[in-house]
Amino acid sequence: MSSTANPELMLEPAFDPAGSGRDAIGASTAASQGLNIRHGTILTLEDINVSFDGFKALSNLCLYIGVGELRCIIGPNGAGKTTLMDVITGKTRPDNGVAYFGETLDLTRMSEVEIAQAGIGRKFQKPTVFEALSVFENLELAQKTSKTVWASLRARLSGEQRDRIDEVLATIKLDGSRQRPAGLLSHGQKQFLEIGMLLVQDPQLLLLDEPVAGMTDAETEFTAELFKSLARKHSLMVVEHDMGFVGSIADHVTVLHQGSVLAAGSLAQVQADERVIEVYLGR
Amino acid sequence: MNQPLAITVAQKAGPKVTLGVGALVLAVLIALPLLHLLPADNVLHVSAYTLTLVGKILCYCIVALALDLVWGYAGLLSLGHGLFFALGGYAMGMYLSREAAGDGLPAFMSFLAWTELPWYWYGTSNFLWALCLVVLAPGLLALVFGFFAFRSRIKGVYFSIMTQALTFAGMLLFFRNETGFGGNNGFTGFTRILGFDITAQGTRAALFIATLALLVGSLYLGFKLARSKFGRVLTAVRDAENRLMFCGYDPRGYKLFIWVLSAVLCGLAGALYVPQVGIINPSEMSPTNSIEAAVWVALGGRGTLIGPLLGAGLVNGMKSWFTVAFPEYWLFALGALFIGVTLYLPKGVIGLLRKRGEQ
Repeated sequence: MSSTANPELMLEPAFDPAGSGRDAIGASTAASQGLNIRHGTILTLEDINVSFDGFKALSNLCLYIGVGELRCIIGPNGAGKTTLMDVITGKTRPDNGVAYFGETLDLTRMSEVEIAQAGIGRKFQKPTVFEALSVFENLELAQKTSKTVWASLRARLSGEQRDRIDEVLATIKLDGSRQRPAGLLSHGQKQFLEIGMLLVQDPQLLLLDEPVAGMTDAETEFTAELFKSLARKHSLMVVEHDMGFVGSIADHVTVLHQGSVLAAGSLAQVQADERVIEVYLGR
Repeated sequence: MNQPLAITVAQKAGPKVTLGVGALVLAVLIALPLLHLLPADNVLHVSAYTLTLVGKILCYCIVALALDLVWGYAGLLSLGHGLFFALGGYAMGMYLSREAAGDGLPAFMSFLAWTELPWYWYGTSNFLWALCLVVLAPGLLALVFGFFAFRSRIKGVYFSIMTQALTFAGMLLFFRNETGFGGNNGFTGFTRILGFDITAQGTRAALFIATLALLVGSLYLGFKLARSKFGRVLTAVRDAENRLMFCGYDPRGYKLFIWVLSAVLCGLAGALYVPQVGIINPSEMSPTNSIEAAVWVALGGRGTLIGPLLGAGLVNGMKSWFTVAFPEYWLFALGALFIGVTLYLPKGVIGLLRKRGEQ
């Protein structure tokens, strides 16, 4: 397994960061202006190692995600996909290695909350919403705004924020259930609500862990469309097992195996790769 | 505003009844101290015993409300709220002891042959400083404890056990004579408050009114908080804390705010309890007291603010009746009540009332 940064994995920016399209979804605000994406790479992971009691969950992992890219991560169970997300979101600290968001933000030194505020959003494997709150309130809490105690005590929704929530409700097709408690939604609806919460949060990098698990075919198709429309304005990293879904959205696929990158390229390329077939697709 | 439709409909069905009952209860509670002022031979006269009993229950209601804020909304089950209550009570007790002792040392200190006041007693003869202590003692303790507990992400049953241990430790500390709070006798024999005779009818009535005002104020504050975005964030802390962190919220600040607020409310309740009941001793910190407070909240219906008040009123009302009528059966009755509510009223008494309202 090659452990050095492979230049082939680095992508050209799929989107010009100097352009004005960044705020096409949601208003761009102060938090995102701090992010330096000069070189077209939004996420840089180099030589990341994580071990749990001697078990190497990630070993010398290198991964680069370009601005506006939609990257799919696949790999057999235990390949380290969820650990990878944990490292990016600050839930797990790597033993060593480099993790940068943009050019300047060192993810290994930031708390989970700081990382979220800096503009990395995450959707969990199991849909996680605030069950006791209504769909509308779920989106209200997720919305990009000041999240200090003091701000919450005084918070009033502005017309603009309300419009934004309405817009997202329409996008995720939940405008009919805006006042329903989120706990009463179907599994697929919860998945969409969580995606909607990411949309109002307006992160620059979205990490999505198995977003279409438990969705019907129609819902999966709709999700694929939604993600494709999000890419370019946002960068997405999607972990998914559903190869049909991966094939329909991804320009680039990275295969993880035993904690490092085994192969990368288009889905057709990685599916043709001998090593990938051996460890994963061949079965 | 953004309430689920079902709840709105349910509330439309019975808001007048609810408001009516609430107003009636409030009117009765306001009338009690006034009726106490009537001469003793008047038919409508309310005895000092009744007034003190109801005043005491109102103090417990404030504790139940404070506990509901942390348990019902933020999901932090504290089994140590009795400690904050007792600390507030002790702070007030220090003032009352100084007032009773005049220029000398409080009686228990003379008894121990102490010749001067411990440093932490300085200034306690000043009512305003005593009031500051009522807020600061429970508030600072809660702040320090909460800061470390929430920083270490202690939650669930571990948090409950730690709060329980905290109040137990407090009790053991206050049992010692050397601690300087009267050992296991605590403080009693109060005579005056702000220059007024503490057993006078007018003083009793005023203390009762103050308690009622604090309860109504706390209830208002509780509803304000619960209906703000802050309240919704707390609910989110309870249900999915991880999700909330990935939304960019730092739950520690939210928990700490409500935790300290709750402790301060308990302290204030304790400070009003002591002059009405006339005694404060370390048994108020006993773990069973704190557990009982959790029973009130669970019984009334947590996360509703009104429910815990019903729970505290119901349990304590029954307690004072039972312990007079059938003293040896009280604990069995309390146990049966709790089992009954757990089995048949998962949402507490308030859940039952709301169901009635919907039908």
